[in-house]
Amino acid sequence: MPAVVKDHLSLVRSQQGAASSAVSLKSITCSFSTPKGGTYTAVKDICLDVGEAEFVSVVGPTGCGKSTILNSIAGLLQPTSGTVEVFGKPLQGINRDAGYMFQADALMPWRTAYDNVVAGLQFRGTEPEEMKHLGHQWLDRVGLGRFADRYPHQMSGGMRKRVAMAQMLILNPKIILMDEPFSALDVQTRQLMENELLALWSANRRSAVFITHDLEEAIAMSDRVVVLSAGPASHIMAEFEITLSRPRDVAEIRMTPEFLDLHHQIWATMRDEVMKGYQQSQQG
Amino acid sequence: MSSSASTRAAGVAQPAISYKARIRLYQLALLIGLFLFWGITTHYGILPSFFFGEPIPVLQQVFDWFSGTAIYMHLGITLLETLLAFVIGAVLAMIVGLWLGLNDLASAVADPYIKAMNAMPRVILAPIFAVWFGLGIWSKVALGITLVFFIVFFNVYQGVREVSPTLVANARMLGASRKQLIRSVYLPSATSWVFSSLHTSVGMAFVGAVVGEYLGSARGMGYLIHQAEGVFDINTVLAGILVLTIFALILDGLVTLVESKLHGWRPVADHSGH
Repeated sequence: MPAVVKDHLSLVRSQQGAASSAVSLKSITCSFSTPKGGTYTAVKDICLDVGEAEFVSVVGPTGCGKSTILNSIAGLLQPTSGTVEVFGKPLQGINRDAGYMFQADALMPWRTAYDNVVAGLQFRGTEPEEMKHLGHQWLDRVGLGRFADRYPHQMSGGMRKRVAMAQMLILNPKIILMDEPFSALDVQTRQLMENELLALWSANRRSAVFITHDLEEAIAMSDRVVVLSAGPASHIMAEFEITLSRPRDVAEIRMTPEFLDLHHQIWATMRDEVMKGYQQSQQG
Repeated sequence: MSSSASTRAAGVAQPAISYKARIRLYQLALLIGLFLFWGITTHYGILPSFFFGEPIPVLQQVFDWFSGTAIYMHLGITLLETLLAFVIGAVLAMIVGLWLGLNDLASAVADPYIKAMNAMPRVILAPIFAVWFGLGIWSKVALGITLVFFIVFFNVYQGVREVSPTLVANARMLGASRKQLIRSVYLPSATSWVFSSLHTSVGMAFVGAVVGEYLGSARGMGYLIHQAEGVFDINTVLAGILVLTIFALILDGLVTLVESKLHGWRPVADHSGH
């Protein structure tokens, strides 16, 4: 049985015990003041547990506050109410256990590929010897060993994403946060990057929260897919356990009957919300 | 300028080199044409040579200057003033620009004063600087600084304000402290904006030096021109202007050279953007 509904799932989680969750969102609500003087509630009462070594994807229609959730896990955004717990401790300030891969280009344009990759080590005051070793090791690992001296503007979109990936993973974060990291890439490059990310993640399993609006990507990558409702005040509508075997090839897995079955089920839940989100974006 | 020329060249079914050579040829012809027009009209008295000078004596004067030694001292002084004004002005502007760019309260308080100082015609400060700093190089440097400062300041301020929020968030997630954030994100971003204003600010430092010398000094190109003007020696004035123009062109060329050396990370097509 490929999919499990929420009630069953929470039972499984509680059996595993609370200690195993890397990130725990305890009914967080995020509101922003609008220029007109009102308040806009992006997400409301979100409860989400991400287990250790678990790959969770959050999907939902555009403007449903997916990034808001990710930013509060990262500590870049303080929730209006509710708490974020990281390995059982309430989060204060920046989440030091997390690495973040952004949707937009976040590489420093004045640094070469190598200097970008080692930026985090530099900030942490790592020894030069070790930094050099790790920097080149990670450049090789993402297949950019020969491009260490290239500046971001001299690289393709896919190469820049690889640098960003190495830049994040070199710090060996316990939690990986990704906000539609591959949405700007073409389909082929994108599947290539997804496979590379999965390979790197499998080699050293940690918790991952992956934000996407692409349901196929979410299913192909994750252990669990969380579906958000349309905004404002989005909430979690349903969760689906993805039991497809690993290692996976994101391009091939899309053809399997299990995948299509899951896709069908989740899409049935999402469809109405996507329509709602679309209509709202047309009005707003 | 060069990029628009090359795109046009791409549209014509001719090799780019011959097109470029043709441009140079026309430019040279225009220069010779202008000198000929100037020479003929003044020679035949259509324009009074007392007011407009004559090309041959002007070129003769330039030649005499450069076969002597005094001109090098005057040029050296003007160059020194230009460099000092640029460096001091740019560094001051970087510091103040960074500080105000990162501090909302300070920038809100300073805003009307910055606007007022920028709106003021600062060349009028030259006599005051002459009183404060004497007739030596420092009064000219001070004038140059006031001209350079605002160009660089506005660029740095803008540069800090327009740093991509994603870039800042990424650096913070990678563990950058406030200090590291300033050094590795804000400062490089601001520096790139300073580079984009390099041509204007070096030009302004040069203007400050020459105008300062012109208004009161004992050395420099501005002083030479002022002296010649005092005795209605229009040919020497024009020779001075000619030397200054060539000098400014060389300075601009050097800036372009420095720019391409120091600014490797930036795509060339991006320069005209700001």
